[in-house]
Amino acid sequence: MPELTQACTQEIVGRLSLVIEVGGTPIRVNTTDPEFFSVVQDRYRGFLSDSERTEIDFEIELVEPGFGDPQAEVRVRQRQGQWSFERGDFRAEWEPAKRTGRIRQVAKPYSLDSVLRIVHTLVLASKSGFLLHAASAIRNGKAFLFAGVSGAGKTTISSFAPADATLLSDEISYAMRQGAGYSAFGTPFTGELDILGENVSAPIAALYLLAKGTKNRIDAISPGEAVRSLLANILFFAEDSELVHSTFDSAFDFVSRIPVSRLTFVPDARVWELIG
Amino acid sequence: MSRLYVARNPRVAARSLDGEMMIMSGRDSTLFTLNKTATILWQAADGATPLDQIVERKICPEFDVEPAVALQDAESLARELAHHEILQVSEEPIAQNPSPGAAR
Repeated sequence: MPELTQACTQEIVGRLSLVIEVGGTPIRVNTTDPEFFSVVQDRYRGFLSDSERTEIDFEIELVEPGFGDPQAEVRVRQRQGQWSFERGDFRAEWEPAKRTGRIRQVAKPYSLDSVLRIVHTLVLASKSGFLLHAASAIRNGKAFLFAGVSGAGKTTISSFAPADATLLSDEISYAMRQGAGYSAFGTPFTGELDILGENVSAPIAALYLLAKGTKNRIDAISPGEAVRSLLANILFFAEDSELVHSTFDSAFDFVSRIPVSRLTFVPDARVWELIG
Repeated sequence: MSRLYVARNPRVAARSLDGEMMIMSGRDSTLFTLNKTATILWQAADGATPLDQIVERKICPEFDVEPAVALQDAESLARELAHHEILQVSEEPIAQNPSPGAAR
């Protein structure tokens, strides 16, 4: 889509800029490195936007590998209205009141991807939403989420999705409260399939907790187990009491509105006979 | 022997669902599910009622247990919950703002 790509990107005196919009939240990233710009442009194809008013405007400064501890765990903190995120391969600041931020990172799209995931968890927390370790797909106009830790079957169930299903993500799903329910949005945050989700959304009809077994079945679970399992799969980085409260409340609200059950499945396409 | 006072930590998020009390740490987002005794203790932990009164009025009527044994167990439990920063424990009454989780 060269026309769209052209409309979504700008170059202003050596400063290259594009807007990545996931879940209706447009985030502009600016860089002066044409090669990195090209990689990012390709990485987020399908999620590029021509939005003028962005939620955040990030300046990216590329640095050489080794500027931080490569083993360092991600840390996300807020101080005096400014968020800071850091890991071995990036350091970023974001000032929500000014809608601006700065990212120092190595020239790898995965580092930017990590920053964007963190930002979306923070943005979503204020919108009764969350990012979830889950595959998701739309079928018959309804979205279905398949949650589980690594190895639970997110990639497997995604790879067997039938032709009439639209994949939103094979790894990280985006859920946000809309009206009396929740909607799922496509994300560019990929897993092992390395296939971008489609940039579309639909009301969530069900959340399934994945388990591999010898036959396909759906079992009811208690509300308490639903909340515990949901919370265990929500991406959460911030050391922030207010965000803990809002995410905790969102999990309870979600379980009160969306059916949550356990989906035990044999790893083949027949599991989709139970979905939709 | 001095009296102990217990209060809910206002930094945690807490909710009861179908009789299960779930608490999430505001420090590291660890999720705890409280058993029945811990739930009673959590709900009664207003910072002003001494632990021995909580045991006598709320815990002993629910369980067939000697008050002295129940108090000893409740002290251990309170200190364990304090270790996880779910409760605050003090030998003085604890002034407390309303906890977001207390009313749910």
